[in-house]
Amino acid sequence: MNKLLVVESVSKSYGDYKALNNVSIEVPKGSVFGLLGPNGAGKTTLIRIINQITMPDSGQVLLDGLPLAPSDIQHIGYLPEERGLYKSMKVGEQAMYLAQLKGLSKKEAKTQLKYWFERLEIGDWWNKKIQELSKGMAQKIQFVVTVLHRPKLLIFDEPFSGFDPINANLIKDEILHLRDQGATVIFSTHRMESVEELCDHIALINKSNKILDGNLLDIKRNYKSNAYKVALIAKDHQQAIKQLTEKFTLKPTKFNTLNNELQYIIQLPEKSSTKDLLVFLTSLGEVTHFEEVIPSVSEIFIQTVQKN
Amino acid sequence: MNHLSLIIKREYLNKIRNKSFIIMTFLSPLIMVGLFSLIAYLSQLNEDKSYHIAVLDESGLVASDFLNEKESTKIIFETLADVSLENAKKLVQESKKYGLIYIPKVASIDDFSNNIVFYSEESPSIVVMDHIEGTLEDKINNLKLKQAGIDPEKIASLKIDVAPKIETFSGEETSKLGAGLKLIFGGAAGYLLFMFIIIYGNMIMRSVIEEKTSRIIEVIISSVKPMKLMLGKIIGTSLAGITQFATWIILLLILGVVVPAILGIDTSNLQSPQQEMMTQASGQDIQEIVRLALVELNNLPVTNLIIMFILFFVGGYLLYSSLYAAIGAAVDSETDTQQFMLPILLPLIVGIYVGFFTVIEDPHGTVAQVFSFIPFTSPVVMLMRIPFGVPIWQQVLSLLILFITFIATVWFAAKIYRVGILMYGKKPSYRELIKWLKY
Repeated sequence: MNKLLVVESVSKSYGDYKALNNVSIEVPKGSVFGLLGPNGAGKTTLIRIINQITMPDSGQVLLDGLPLAPSDIQHIGYLPEERGLYKSMKVGEQAMYLAQLKGLSKKEAKTQLKYWFERLEIGDWWNKKIQELSKGMAQKIQFVVTVLHRPKLLIFDEPFSGFDPINANLIKDEILHLRDQGATVIFSTHRMESVEELCDHIALINKSNKILDGNLLDIKRNYKSNAYKVALIAKDHQQAIKQLTEKFTLKPTKFNTLNNELQYIIQLPEKSSTKDLLVFLTSLGEVTHFEEVIPSVSEIFIQTVQKN
Repeated sequence: MNHLSLIIKREYLNKIRNKSFIIMTFLSPLIMVGLFSLIAYLSQLNEDKSYHIAVLDESGLVASDFLNEKESTKIIFETLADVSLENAKKLVQESKKYGLIYIPKVASIDDFSNNIVFYSEESPSIVVMDHIEGTLEDKINNLKLKQAGIDPEKIASLKIDVAPKIETFSGEETSKLGAGLKLIFGGAAGYLLFMFIIIYGNMIMRSVIEEKTSRIIEVIISSVKPMKLMLGKIIGTSLAGITQFATWIILLLILGVVVPAILGIDTSNLQSPQQEMMTQASGQDIQEIVRLALVELNNLPVTNLIIMFILFFVGGYLLYSSLYAAIGAAVDSETDTQQFMLPILLPLIVGIYVGFFTVIEDPHGTVAQVFSFIPFTSPVVMLMRIPFGVPIWQQVLSLLILFITFIATVWFAAKIYRVGILMYGKKPSYRELIKWLKY
């Protein structure tokens, strides 16, 4: 697959503290790439290196196959976690300034801003000062400023913090929309449910080291435990439980169904197939629910970090 | 448009449009002129005040020719006769006179020296006392001269004033006046730089802190190199400063001409008594003084002065403002800046002191010379020395040192700036800052 961004064994130390240790990642073109990790793992340092804010001690970063150059600034849009705007400056003026810093001409900046302000229905804010806006409103402006130069690589660090659910959804849709238009998105967050929703690739960084990366589905496949969530209306409850415990490891669970049935997560032993399980279950009664347990990103995250 | 000019433009416009900046720009000259007018007005009031002093001369030797010999002064003597000291005191108190001089009967004229008493309600001002002492000494001296059989008038006519003309070996005419003139030029230049650094250096620092506290810095820094941002800030703020300074000067000139005209205040009253004495001293000398002043002005190395003023001003200002920017980047809020301010202010203040004390005494002395080469004091001290004529090689050497230091400082400041702007919540110590240099 075509890689837009390749980070090759990058290391960075601050004094005695090693912030990144030989980290490599590959971000496929057109993907939404989740950069995950506990606080202080080194995510922000990596993002700053990609943005050429900090220089790596060793290793290199390739954008579209070429080492990063200062002119690449205009190909990257970055929404940092620590973000803000000039409080006493007017919205429009400020957006124009930031757009021009990204290399847009005055005219281009104006057209793009008009488009985005209309799209997000914030046109009448143009002459307001930032200090008159709410935090969520200011965040919207920041989002616009991040994306308006149509960069091929977008980097969002905790993009949803500070948004209410409605606006968070709006921004999420906009991010996906931008991806559909060809942008590649790197997405750093602690909110696992948004990773689940948005990302197709992830990398997990812990204590300055990359400990996991790849296609999200592949990772999930690797982490699946061959467990199945089952609901069963048994002919004889006691008998069914007894027979099941003899053959499998059972874990009682609870989920909403229409009937009052037995609900279990059943661990399938190696070598036996789902077919065997299903046949066995049907012999005990009526199966109303049968689902493979897929590990959530959150579970994978916790499991992997703790293992390290 | 390239980044640097964008940043400069934003900084400049942002400063210029700031309400408090606008208010200060227009209010400061008004306040200054107001203050000066007030002082002028008050000193005019003072001028009009006269001191009535009674003289009780029991010896009968002194008071006879005491009466208002010096018409021009504001001190008016009135002799009292045929009253006791007690009554005289009462009389003076009742008539609200300023004071009473009591001259007792003495055996010999020499006894006058410490037997005369001055009574007054409140302790008299030094100026008044000086005048009284002077007058008494004159009188009593004359008495002694007469006693010795010498005519005081003859002595007066035998006195001669000597004022050597001052010329350099190359034949340039100078005068004591010239030294004062040079001092004014040098002092003004040095002081201007000092003020400029303090006012606008602080402004730069605050604008760096603002970017940190509003958290916009990382957004900006992902499009612009920190060095460019820092330079843009310094240049933009300086341009705003120059605009403000220029406005002040223009406004002050306008107000200085217009306001006195309206209020009818005679600005010459602002002169100190000494100056008054000097100008009054000898009428025919005034023309000579003006002529010499013009000669002096002509002799001043004007081109040299202007060029060096610009160079030292720019160098000194940039040197300090990059330090201010670094401090702004290192801290989280203005309250944390205190510990770093002293090392910045100290050399500046030392420069001003050395300038005003040592350069006046000996513009080419060792102290003045040394400090005009140390880069952190050289802009102020050298600017003060130049009007007195400093060899070109010294000026160039000092400039060279200044600009080399400037480059080193900018490098140092940029390093701290680069690390500092992304650093939150750390109260930086000097040790921490040194660590940052290695990042």
